[in-house]
Amino acid sequence: MAMSFEWPLQPNVDTRQKQLAAWCSLVLSFCRLHKQSSMTVMEAQESPLFNNVKLQRKLPVESIQIVLEELRKKGNLEWLDKSKSSFLIMWRRPEEWGKLIYQWVSRSGQNNSVFTLYELTNGEDTEDEEFHGLDEATLLRALQALQQEHKAEIITVSDGRGVKFF
Amino acid sequence: MDRFVWTSGLLEINETLVIQQRGVRIYDGEEKIKFDAGTLLLSTHRLIWRDQKNHECCMAILLSQIVFIEEQAAGIGKSAKIVVHLHPAPPNKEPGPFQSSKNSYIKLSFKEHGQIEFYRRLSEEMTQRRWENMPVSQSLQTNRGPQPGRIRAVGIVGIERKLEEKRKETDKNISEAFEDLSKLMIKTIRFKSYLLSMGIANPVTRETYGSGTQYHMQLAKQLAGILQVPLEERGGIMSLTEVYCLVNRARGMELLSPEDLVNACKMLEALKLPLRLRVFDSGVMVIELQSHKEEEMVASALETVSEKGSLTSEEFAKLVGMSVLLAKERLLLAEKMGHLCRDDSVEGLRFYPNLFMTQS
Repeated sequence: MAMSFEWPLQPNVDTRQKQLAAWCSLVLSFCRLHKQSSMTVMEAQESPLFNNVKLQRKLPVESIQIVLEELRKKGNLEWLDKSKSSFLIMWRRPEEWGKLIYQWVSRSGQNNSVFTLYELTNGEDTEDEEFHGLDEATLLRALQALQQEHKAEIITVSDGRGVKFF
Repeated sequence: MDRFVWTSGLLEINETLVIQQRGVRIYDGEEKIKFDAGTLLLSTHRLIWRDQKNHECCMAILLSQIVFIEEQAAGIGKSAKIVVHLHPAPPNKEPGPFQSSKNSYIKLSFKEHGQIEFYRRLSEEMTQRRWENMPVSQSLQTNRGPQPGRIRAVGIVGIERKLEEKRKETDKNISEAFEDLSKLMIKTIRFKSYLLSMGIANPVTRETYGSGTQYHMQLAKQLAGILQVPLEERGGIMSLTEVYCLVNRARGMELLSPEDLVNACKMLEALKLPLRLRVFDSGVMVIELQSHKEEEMVASALETVSEKGSLTSEEFAKLVGMSVLLAKERLLLAEKMGHLCRDDSVEGLRFYPNLFMTQS
């Protein structure tokens, strides 16, 4: 890291905004790189993300909570349980994924088609797409976002779930 | 006039002074005698007269010896008087100015006024008779026989010896008092010359100006004078604690309270003096020269921190030659302005150039 990260929050408001933004960006980059879609807080504390072994410095858990909350507000994070011990992390927001998926559907002229979730993320046709290999949890949320816009509908198929695009 | 006894004039324990008046002359009956200018003192037990020119000449009568008193109004060329009618002197009376007298009354003439009040107080004491409730030493008791074990000097020789002893005692007391006084005067003179060297001829005191705004205004003006040079020597800024110490050292006596200092400093700007009081967010108070711009100092602070990569308040203070308190305030101001950011860990508080803002 070329930048000098200040571990606890900065008192200067403007600086703090920048500081938080930098942390959020780091978390998302890290998760994208390691293809990690979900994590527990305890895992996070010990991961290289928040634990710099070389510097022997750890981000205190209170600060981690603040960073995670910021990610949640931005739409990149969702708590998976009430006690906030594990979370879903999406380096792209569900709406953004939904848009990408719908663009592909439109481009390939496959409106009004039905897909299984597996087909979308692991099918041959989507190999070149960014959403190829996307984890199911994120995919579902992406499709739910499209559903809200009446561009898709999540349906039940023979061995699981699928989606119909409009 | 034979009722008077010689006395040192010092009050006994349980004897309290009620009133005193200068410029009193004593008459033996209607006759003028040599005791023409003295201070008349009324205590709870006695009436004491002390010669104004010769303080050793001091005599008294017991209030219990007074039968009654009368007022005599002033006339043309005549002062107001009090006429004091007395019981006969007891046979074992202590020595006084007169061994015998044909008069059973004396007159007290108030040449410098004060007769009315004195008469009032004397009447009061005569009515209250406080001497009966507050016993004093045996030497003041009336109508007592010879005390066993007491050395009675007999005759004229004895009287003269007693007088001599009393005078020696008084002499000794006076010279001791003067010794202390001269020591005090030397100290005062030394202080005064020190003050003059600091440029303070007469320290502004609450006595001179009373308490309140006037006092603080004058004080503010004096502070501006004292602090100009020290401020310049310290880069234009000093903490209020430093100011407090400096000013009180200069004053020597009549020290300023912290409240007075703060109140005076609050007026500096309003009085358009060349310094001002500034309070930082942390609550730290400083005095700055009007010409001093702390915000500009921040730019140079940033340079210093950048050169070294990061600095703590102590490191910065040492580099720049400032007190740690003021160094910290400068770094905090730089942080507030967005030039620096912090790293607060167990190892301490460190400041870094704020790359969050400068590098996207």
